[in-house]
Amino acid sequence: MNYKKFDKNDLEVIQKIINDPERILYGENINEEYSHDELSGTNSYPDIVVKALSAQEISDIMKYAYENNIPVTPRGAGTGLVGSSVAMEHGIMIDSSLMNHILELDEENLTITVEPGVLLMELSSYVEDHDFFYPPDPGEKSATIGGNISTNAGGMRAVKYGVTRDYVRGLEVVLPNGKIVEFGGKVVKNSSGYSLKDLMIGSEGTLGFITKAVLKLLPLPKKAISLLIPFPSLNQAIDTVPLIIKSKAIPTAIEFMQREVIIDAEQYLGKQFPDSQSDAYLLLKFDGNSIEEIEAAYDNVAKLCLEQGALDVLISDTEEREESIWKARGAFLEAIKGSTTYMDEVDMVVPRNKVNEMVDYLHNLHKEVNIRIKSFGHAGDGNLHSYILQDDLSKEEFEKRMELAMEKIYKKANELGGQVSGEHGIGFAKKPYLKESLDAETIELMNGIKKAFDPKNILNPHKVFQA
Amino acid sequence: MDILVCIKQVPASNKVEVDPVTGVLLRNGADSKMNPYDLYALETALQIREHTGGIISVISMGPPQAKAVIREAFAMGADKGALLSDRRFGGADVLATSYTLAQGIQKMGNFDLILCGKQTTDGDTAQVGSEVSEWLNIPSVSNVRKITKVEKDGITIEMDLPNELEIAKVAYPCLLSADKDIFQPRLPSYVKKMKTKDREIKVYSLDDMGDKDESHYGLNGSPTQVKRIFPPESNDHREVWNDDGTVIADKLFHMISELKFI
Repeated sequence: MNYKKFDKNDLEVIQKIINDPERILYGENINEEYSHDELSGTNSYPDIVVKALSAQEISDIMKYAYENNIPVTPRGAGTGLVGSSVAMEHGIMIDSSLMNHILELDEENLTITVEPGVLLMELSSYVEDHDFFYPPDPGEKSATIGGNISTNAGGMRAVKYGVTRDYVRGLEVVLPNGKIVEFGGKVVKNSSGYSLKDLMIGSEGTLGFITKAVLKLLPLPKKAISLLIPFPSLNQAIDTVPLIIKSKAIPTAIEFMQREVIIDAEQYLGKQFPDSQSDAYLLLKFDGNSIEEIEAAYDNVAKLCLEQGALDVLISDTEEREESIWKARGAFLEAIKGSTTYMDEVDMVVPRNKVNEMVDYLHNLHKEVNIRIKSFGHAGDGNLHSYILQDDLSKEEFEKRMELAMEKIYKKANELGGQVSGEHGIGFAKKPYLKESLDAETIELMNGIKKAFDPKNILNPHKVFQA
Repeated sequence: MDILVCIKQVPASNKVEVDPVTGVLLRNGADSKMNPYDLYALETALQIREHTGGIISVISMGPPQAKAVIREAFAMGADKGALLSDRRFGGADVLATSYTLAQGIQKMGNFDLILCGKQTTDGDTAQVGSEVSEWLNIPSVSNVRKITKVEKDGITIEMDLPNELEIAKVAYPCLLSADKDIFQPRLPSYVKKMKTKDREIKVYSLDDMGDKDESHYGLNGSPTQVKRIFPPESNDHREVWNDDGTVIADKLFHMISELKFI
């Protein structure tokens, strides 16, 4: 693709638009972190980083970039795992992290309106302070909401509450040509034409720049209790999950975890996990408005797990206990990262009743390909996170084995009726696997949609399905 | 070994606020839990029992609903429990509380080892443990951060003093107050909870105590008068050092060794 190379003249224009040298990083002043994200191994520097403060600024920059054919890459906190926020064609990077204001809490419509740079941890603590609840709960709490909407990461409460998409009512978006538009709104129902809002969600910054989001809230459940359930084997643990779902109990989360990952988390946090009797656990969370209500809800599940061979059912019913478990769970990604030299990840999602088959496959694969693979994940929604670890392998050897492992994993997931990504997205790193798993017609439709939004292909090129 | 753990029911929320005008503790709602510090004491007892065998009893003082924390202790692995409950015990300060507990402990039996939490999250005095040991005339150690050896004739512990760590061997019977993080407390077990749901909890009133003199209990037996409770000033002390890297590293090393982080 022939883009205009960003030069001094362009810099002057941007400086006029932004009018604050503190918010512009150019050339050598661009910090290293802007050249990559948290994991993907994708590296490329933008020519300039602009820390925008308003939709108008972004609109002015986009308009200029569009007219001059300069590529633009949107970026939030840079916590992505697949390279969506890496400037493959250099050009302008727009960082939304200073647009971090909560604009309105509308208690009559049960919505909150936020700027895209608000962090997930800020959002949840703000709404909970006001007795409301924003259910999507990705593990990475220092991600921005804008980035989160762009991948549609759902997190740990999806079993009961669904994913981010289910909580986005409206979006303000700057289109690639610089026009500011609104998709959706505060309305609960909407059958007014194509849902462009839903196209934006999960589009990984390829269709438009999200500058404002109206999110749906729920009343805050007053209580939550988790059950940590040790099983003699991971197979027994995961085999129990479909039975839990079939029993019509609705936990907010059903996670599986293995001792080896727990030990990584203990070392990473310098804090002991409250149980060590087993190698395999299910972790369930229930919420409700009273202890009695929750106890009634989990009682059958506890009995069912014991019938299926669980060693015990441990009850976490206080702040301290919840923290001792969920802090470890929340640290798994970082902890595994800390346990090796380098790693790459697979974020496939399979139908819930196929999780066991997938986990078994992963377990045997590590012997077959001779590479260490650690997994944990959302057993309740079929979304598994597997990490392929480099350890002492040379870069070449690691890449060879990793690519082989990934190919096999995605192939297996596809056979089981799964998809390439459950929540981390495709970005740059997972493109070949998406192409493998979707048919040509589907990719062509995506191409058409991209063209309709961005005919000059200046916004975040080379991502998702683009070569 | 016969071990006794003293436990207390406290409000579930850790955000205890003080009314700035009246100085009264504001307790939101009726939710309660076991004092988090007592969980460390109970876990210490469970860990010791794994090595020595024996019986773990728990004792609490409070209204009838405080039985809930004794049930919780059963679900974590305690064997026996008693509740000291009597309107005449109400309004007790640390002196009357420790006296009542000491009387109750004597009623319950003889123990080799008594474990307490460091303090409670509602009263925060950190005095009741040591005072119980005075009434029982047995040695006590506070701020126990580690158990290093458990032997037939005594227990060796590490105590965290302001400027040093002291290692001591204490003969039985004795009382130890466990520091936070001595062990990671285990979670209550659903299986144990079901198995112990009908287990008896003995309830003792003033009439069951050896000393039946009402003036030693509750408000009557409490010389402390609370004049004012107020939130402490927040400590946001910061030091900024500007110096050569090696000098600062040296200074930092001394500071963190003084604070016993290393």
